[in-house]
Amino acid sequence: MPGDAALLSVEGLSKRYPTGDLALDDVDLQVPAGQVMALIGPSGAGKSTLIRCVNRLVEPSAGRVRLEGEEITGLGATALRRARRRMGMIFQEYALVERLTVMENVLSGRLGYTGFWASWFRRFPRRDVEQAFRLLDRVGLAHMADKRADALSGGQRQRVGILRALMQDPALLLVDEPTASLDPRTSRQIMRLLVELCEERGLAAIINIHDVALARDFARRIVGLRAGRIVFDGPPEALDAEVLTRIYGEEDWSRALRRPEEEDAEEAATAA
Amino acid sequence: MSATAFDPAAAARAWRPPALIGDARLRWAIYAGALLYAALALGSVEVNWTRAAEGLERGARFLAGFFPPDFVSKREEILDGLLESLTMTVVATALGIVLSVPVALGAARNLAPLPVYLFCRGIIAVSRTFQEIIIAIVFVAMLGFGPLAGMLTLAFATIGFLGKLLAEDIEDMQAEQAEAIRATGAGWFQLLAWAVLPQVRPRLIGLSAYRLDINFRESAVLGLVGAGGIGDTLNTAFDRYEFDTAAAVLIVIVAIVLACEYTSGWIRRAVQ
Repeated sequence: MPGDAALLSVEGLSKRYPTGDLALDDVDLQVPAGQVMALIGPSGAGKSTLIRCVNRLVEPSAGRVRLEGEEITGLGATALRRARRRMGMIFQEYALVERLTVMENVLSGRLGYTGFWASWFRRFPRRDVEQAFRLLDRVGLAHMADKRADALSGGQRQRVGILRALMQDPALLLVDEPTASLDPRTSRQIMRLLVELCEERGLAAIINIHDVALARDFARRIVGLRAGRIVFDGPPEALDAEVLTRIYGEEDWSRALRRPEEEDAEEAATAA
Repeated sequence: MSATAFDPAAAARAWRPPALIGDARLRWAIYAGALLYAALALGSVEVNWTRAAEGLERGARFLAGFFPPDFVSKREEILDGLLESLTMTVVATALGIVLSVPVALGAARNLAPLPVYLFCRGIIAVSRTFQEIIIAIVFVAMLGFGPLAGMLTLAFATIGFLGKLLAEDIEDMQAEQAEAIRATGAGWFQLLAWAVLPQVRPRLIGLSAYRLDINFRESAVLGLVGAGGIGDTLNTAFDRYEFDTAAAVLIVIVAIVLACEYTSGWIRRAVQ
């Protein structure tokens, strides 16, 4: 649609699970190209459901999702697979195929572009393999290419998970709690890497995250979800006690709102 | 102090470890019932001691006929029977694996839609309901005496065994890994090859090796109903009162079963 600046546009999206739970209730959301957005909210607010409805790993009950002007909802199986290539997904527990090697996991991002038999015999085009090595080198894992994925540490696995998504040549990253299984320092490193890569490649990202401090430090826009509805949409600076109460409920927010400068300082000290 | 005040000391005195059967009356009724049943059952067994004494003597003569085992005079028959059994086993196992993989995929609830699931579970149930001997009798009646009937019997039994256990392993796989592969835009067969197969491969190989071992043992029995193999040789030896040859056949069967068991155990350990 001409004049539609948004890369991703979600209109009236609802999801009711067969159990009767209403996970998303009439959500409208526009994400312009290149914008890194954090989606915050309590557990069960519908954050995971929202990003899974975008690439239809979860089938929405109502509403429309459009990516680059193409309506995702209502696509047939083949067209949906083609559309999914433009949406890289990154998972909380990394979701690497553990018995495959690091290189195979990175290359699996190319499955949507590769025929079945070529992928069965791991005959990926030379430039895909080259690209995979370039990316692995970028995150310092080139020497691990032939290690099995389950031999890696949490932070290393998440880097591989990010590379798998990048190999898809996406326009949008759907990121589900990328740091929930990581220690605080690795969490910040992973967030920094994600934001850097998005900037370099002009990618938009929706990052589900329950760590408010991380969201505020790394995202340019914060969207708050509560019980399946958007209750806040604004810049990180606008997050105050009143907004956090609206998203999460009553709590003493004064300590959570401290800037985490100490952590940064600590990290710099360790790195030096 | 109110009546509802909690007294940990009194609670600790009143606490008992939970019993397997909560209701004390029911518990004692079950114990008494079991004891009564055992007494009645033992009382109803009729043993004819004179007949048993005669039988012991006959058994001793029978066993004495086994010695020394004669490998030589019917060498040709033993070798032919053995070769037939091994051929039957290998072909039946290979055919059974090829047939059971699609059945297992269909019988995994997380991959197959309900009608397919019920159909494949039905195949497995039928295959597991009938003991090999019964199936062999049917196949012998349909196809005549010989190893073809035995081979089909074993292949059919393999479907039930491998199909059920493999389907259970597929149902136990990590859904996130499959979700991640689907999110890359991979097709259904790529999903099987890249997310399902890597997770179930060790079990598939291990179960196949184990089934090869079972099939050889079964092939020795199937000869008794005319389905070919070393069992036929054994049956013929008994019919001709050539107990020394029968002993030789038994020793050969034991040796091969031991070898199979050792090998399949080694393979299963190696792929874990």
